Amino acid sequence: MEKENTPETTIPSAPTPQPAPIKTMKEKDIKSVSVKQRVVKILVQVGLYTFLTILAISILFPFYWMLISSLKTLTEYNETIPTLWPRQFCWDNYVTAFTGELNLGRLFLNTVIVGVVSTLLSLVVTIISAFAFARLEFKGKNLMFGALLATMMIPGELFTITNYITVSAFGWLNTFTVLIVPFLVSVFYIYLLRQNFMQIPNELYLAAKVDGTSDFKYLWRVMVPLSAPTLISITILKMMGAWNSYIWPLLVANDSAHKLVTVGLRGTAFVDLATNMINYPAQMAAVVIVTIPLLLVFIFFRKYIMRGVSRSGIKG
Amino acid sequence: MTKEKTEKPVLTDEQKKIRRKAIFNRYKAWLYLLPAIVILLIFTVWPIFNTIRMALLKNYDSMKELGGMSFEFGFDNFVSVVHYNKFLTCLGNTMLLTIITVPVSTMLALLVAVALNSIKFLRRAFQTIFFLPYVTNSIAIGMVFMTMFQMIGNINNPVSLGIINSIIEALGGTRVNWVNVGSNYWANITVLAIYIIWNALPFKILVLLGGLQGVNKQYYDAAKVDGASRWRIFWRITVPLLSPMIAYVVITGFIGGFKEYSSIVGIFGDTMGPVGNKGSLNTMVGFIYDNIQENQGRASAAALILFAIILVVTMINLYVSKKKVHY
Repeated sequence: MEKENTPETTIPSAPTPQPAPIKTMKEKDIKSVSVKQRVVKILVQVGLYTFLTILAISILFPFYWMLISSLKTLTEYNETIPTLWPRQFCWDNYVTAFTGELNLGRLFLNTVIVGVVSTLLSLVVTIISAFAFARLEFKGKNLMFGALLATMMIPGELFTITNYITVSAFGWLNTFTVLIVPFLVSVFYIYLLRQNFMQIPNELYLAAKVDGTSDFKYLWRVMVPLSAPTLISITILKMMGAWNSYIWPLLVANDSAHKLVTVGLRGTAFVDLATNMINYPAQMAAVVIVTIPLLLVFIFFRKYIMRGVSRSGIKG
Repeated sequence: MTKEKTEKPVLTDEQKKIRRKAIFNRYKAWLYLLPAIVILLIFTVWPIFNTIRMALLKNYDSMKELGGMSFEFGFDNFVSVVHYNKFLTCLGNTMLLTIITVPVSTMLALLVAVALNSIKFLRRAFQTIFFLPYVTNSIAIGMVFMTMFQMIGNINNPVSLGIINSIIEALGGTRVNWVNVGSNYWANITVLAIYIIWNALPFKILVLLGGLQGVNKQYYDAAKVDGASRWRIFWRITVPLLSPMIAYVVITGFIGGFKEYSSIVGIFGDTMGPVGNKGSLNTMVGFIYDNIQENQGRASAAALILFAIILVVTMINLYVSKKKVHY
């Protein structure tokens, strides 16, 4: 209702008003109170927008800086006071990022292979496990589910030490297998999907049983389509995980044939051979190329990402 | 009678089928769970036992063990870890970063969530902007933060000041050596804290705003009728009603804080410190990874200590929130 009065853009330098206490009705004439209330309300709104705008600028600034740095020439980048807008766009930095020692194309391919395969396999394993916990009856079901949930409390680093020894013993170092198999089962995803499966009314399951539909058919024809939003959330989070994973790939698959994008990005120096200085614009171009796909996924799947994230608290 | 006789074998066949099906059904669930169980046994259950085992063996080395060597039982790994200076540095850094970033980011996220909840115009745009840091690669954006704070060239007479120092000087301050050679520990910690808070805000805002939108509007109407000030409404209504969500983001914040690693790699590289001061900003997780290839006994002891700390802090948080969470 106050929509028309709220300023569209607020001046960041506007003073932040202190929220004034509202006097009780009986002390003041009603008319003056309502005028006062309106003034206070507008001032508060100005304050809120100022606060949010300043914070939004601080959130966005690194993205802005990354973009303009990636388009500067090395000379302009190295000026004493950095320029806020490139004098001329130097798209060559992007060529350097792709053709240089970083070999971005190969890194992308490796990451896509690992991301797609591990997501597909992980979805299958998650679906059948969640189904068993949600719909089937067996001895020790609750005990086992509780034990699974308990493992979520243990920090992943504790597993990594032994897993490093295990995969070395299996001879899996520097393969795609080592990047995919150890993380196929996520207890959190099983939990998430089980909760979703449990919400599907039991009557549907019984009706299908009466019709002679097998469990397996029921799972794929009824439960999976009904849980599509959760499955999409899982898919996106899993893909983001592959894109962002750093520690494990660095440890077990650091050769050029299997290196993932984040490992390559941090490990490359981008030294400019002519000046022997680090070519930061080219490095920023690589950073942009790595960041853009994630932002695109976010724009298209905003709802699913936020839904999945608000229940997990796990990044990547 | 004759009819029954002819039907009897058919019935038993049916019964057999049913029985077979019943047996199948009894084990079917395990069939569905088989892939998950196999992978979990190898990569989750075994590591739990093995980590405890390795931590309790003197001078444990997995390669030597494969070669047939056996090791003595003892608490040496734990003793050497807590006497090890590098470990104490890591522990100190981790604790410091957690203690700074969790309260600041929670408070800031709470203010943003309340502000977002009291505006209508542009709310969705702001919400999207505030979520952006979540969908980024923390190594990649860490590198961007590094370039913002970094000076290029000689520190006393730099070629480029970097944008943050330029802004500071434009506002009349003196430049700070944030991340370069010879930079001060507290300058390093400040940069890391800013980056970690920037990274931690989206999740907290998302959860707190979700909580706020579930709060019954009647409480606020009642407070307004009573003439309560906004400040009072914030502390007496909003915070108590949101206390379960606040507890949730604080607990996950502490857990994430104790596992901090990739933001430091993003800014300082895997030397975990500014040039010339390698490892000065290393964390618990960093310590574990440093020891994973050469000294698995020590790495295991450190991992168990990390787990114990997380467990204790979570218990304390739960205990406090049980007293403070209002419903």
